[in-house]
Amino acid sequence: MPATALSVPSGNSPEAIARFPFPFEADTYMYATNVEEAERPHPNGVATWGEHVYDIDEHYRFEIAERARVLAADPARCQVMPHMRLAAWDVVEDATTRLARDFPAHFSLERRGTERRWVNRLLELEQVYVVEDDGSLPMEPFEWITRQLQEDVELLDQRGDDLYFDAGILTFGADWSLDFDLGMHFLEIHGPVPRVHEMGVIPRAFQFLQRLTPGVAYRRTNWTMTVGRRLDTCTEVYPEWGPDRASLRYEEIGERLHLRVEVQHFVRLPRSNAVMFPIHTYLASLDEICTIPAWAQRLERVLGSLPQDLVDYKGLTRYRDMAVDWLAERNATRTEDPR
Amino acid sequence: MAVTTLAVRVAEARALAPDVRELVLEPVDGTPLPPFSPGSHVVVHVPGERPRKNAYSLACAPWSTDRYRIAVRRLDAGRGGSVGVHARVAPGDVLAIEPPRNLFAPVARATRHVLVAGGIGITPFVSYAHQLRAEGVAFELHYAFREPGGGPLLDELEALCPDAVHAYADPTGQTLLAALDDVLSRRPLGTHLSVCGPAPMMDAVVALAGDLGWPASRIHLERFSVEAGPTAPFEVQLAGDGRRLSVGEDESLLEALEAAGLDVPYLCRQGICGECRTGVVDGTPDHRDMFLTPEERASDAWVMPCVSRCAGAGPLVLDLP
Repeated sequence: MPATALSVPSGNSPEAIARFPFPFEADTYMYATNVEEAERPHPNGVATWGEHVYDIDEHYRFEIAERARVLAADPARCQVMPHMRLAAWDVVEDATTRLARDFPAHFSLERRGTERRWVNRLLELEQVYVVEDDGSLPMEPFEWITRQLQEDVELLDQRGDDLYFDAGILTFGADWSLDFDLGMHFLEIHGPVPRVHEMGVIPRAFQFLQRLTPGVAYRRTNWTMTVGRRLDTCTEVYPEWGPDRASLRYEEIGERLHLRVEVQHFVRLPRSNAVMFPIHTYLASLDEICTIPAWAQRLERVLGSLPQDLVDYKGLTRYRDMAVDWLAERNATRTEDPR
Repeated sequence: MAVTTLAVRVAEARALAPDVRELVLEPVDGTPLPPFSPGSHVVVHVPGERPRKNAYSLACAPWSTDRYRIAVRRLDAGRGGSVGVHARVAPGDVLAIEPPRNLFAPVARATRHVLVAGGIGITPFVSYAHQLRAEGVAFELHYAFREPGGGPLLDELEALCPDAVHAYADPTGQTLLAALDDVLSRRPLGTHLSVCGPAPMMDAVVALAGDLGWPASRIHLERFSVEAGPTAPFEVQLAGDGRRLSVGEDESLLEALEAAGLDVPYLCRQGICGECRTGVVDGTPDHRDMFLTPEERASDAWVMPCVSRCAGAGPLVLDLP
């Protein structure tokens, strides 16, 4: 990422589009426990994505500022139950260690025993602290580190054979709410998702997470669509974004309708034994998707064949048909292009 | 996915009891070892003519990243791993261990912990004691052993947390159970019970707790683990060209197929994603996956080669070219 990158929500550079985690491996979509080992490049037909657990891209400064804005308006977007204190420190250690290793131009971490010196050059921030000593940081440790990440981070406490959602930050959620879900069992959180329980997808994911071991990270993608280049589509602010779904006009689709992809990682934290999900949200407008013809064709087919219950659950009901027509028109134009 | 291992050097080895040997392990290259959660164990690759992989609890503070410690009781009737640790490992040796993992973590929301150890079952509670003491969480440790002069690690634990340790020189376990009858009757809501020791002793403690009204969700057990993973070797036949392959005791069926040049699709290599599902023409799989439905398992028409194996020596005939 160039250090001069602008902090504006102005869309993606061609380089960013090339590493977009386009999520469809076939012309139809159905839920699956699509888990794979992380930290290895995943081809998307153009280039690759997924080299690292935490991603730093050209939207870093904008998204950090956007997170701060959301937290100022609603502090309940970041919550850590008292028994998750050790897990919070696990996240500090995990994120600082990985970022300094994976993006040495932007971050550095010096360790001496339990002392740390952290430098975040992108935010011009330097901090000396002592691991597991809350008082050595200017704020609660989980909030301190996640205010420096583009990812939302959710933490599950393992109690016996059960996993409970007991800490997290959610400023860029896709129509769900941290404040509503906090404290729920893993299976309760996923209660509203259609089909996945009967299909065994959620029970399998649950077993997988129960057995997840430290040292190896896994990942999967999930997707939906968003009107406008808007990261905060949490349920708390539904009145701000919900009506856009009904007012979207055909001629605006290329610019305003975005494919929203989440790259979700799964990490077993070493000191607390909690399970961590960092979720990185990527947005690409349909105009941007159409710069890669194979993606535009595949998205047309996926959206066109998506079963109605998934269309409804993902909130696409008001504009799915229109989006398919728009993509079909674009794809047809390109096919006829004599070039 | 190949299991990653850490190379550690045996820094010290000494007897804690006539049949218990302690190994102190340090990183060979000075890189700190991973910190871990209380109750974690490591899988040690024990060298020998028949190499073994045995799981041992880490008996040290969970933030100890310059050295790990394990304590191993010799089991002459076991598969040979503990005998190997006693007979074939010496200071200076380099061993491969798998990173710590945990099937016995303390419940972070507990307001009090009752820890019950029998014999070498004391080992996971060393990391518990360090952590709970540091966090200021109330706990008590009830430790029964057969050595008249005190069980392995007793002195050290009494020095670390003198008020928490209750020792029972009690080969039969009867004094321990009598004491627990009182303890488990009087502890406040929010207390969790964690037990590690020989199976009969754990069964007796669980039965007692159940009789006294403890819900199962408040009782946690660490069985002396026999490491699962690949076990017996077996034969495989490819239905297409009739080729026979041997799957060794330390490799998965998927690894054996890949080594033979077959391109089997995979994602998770953990038995959950379903990507590597392979048809079975003949033979009975030993299903170890989480993907197949009970009906699919019962039909024996499919196998998930990343984790599943063959019931018996085989051959398992696979629908592969």
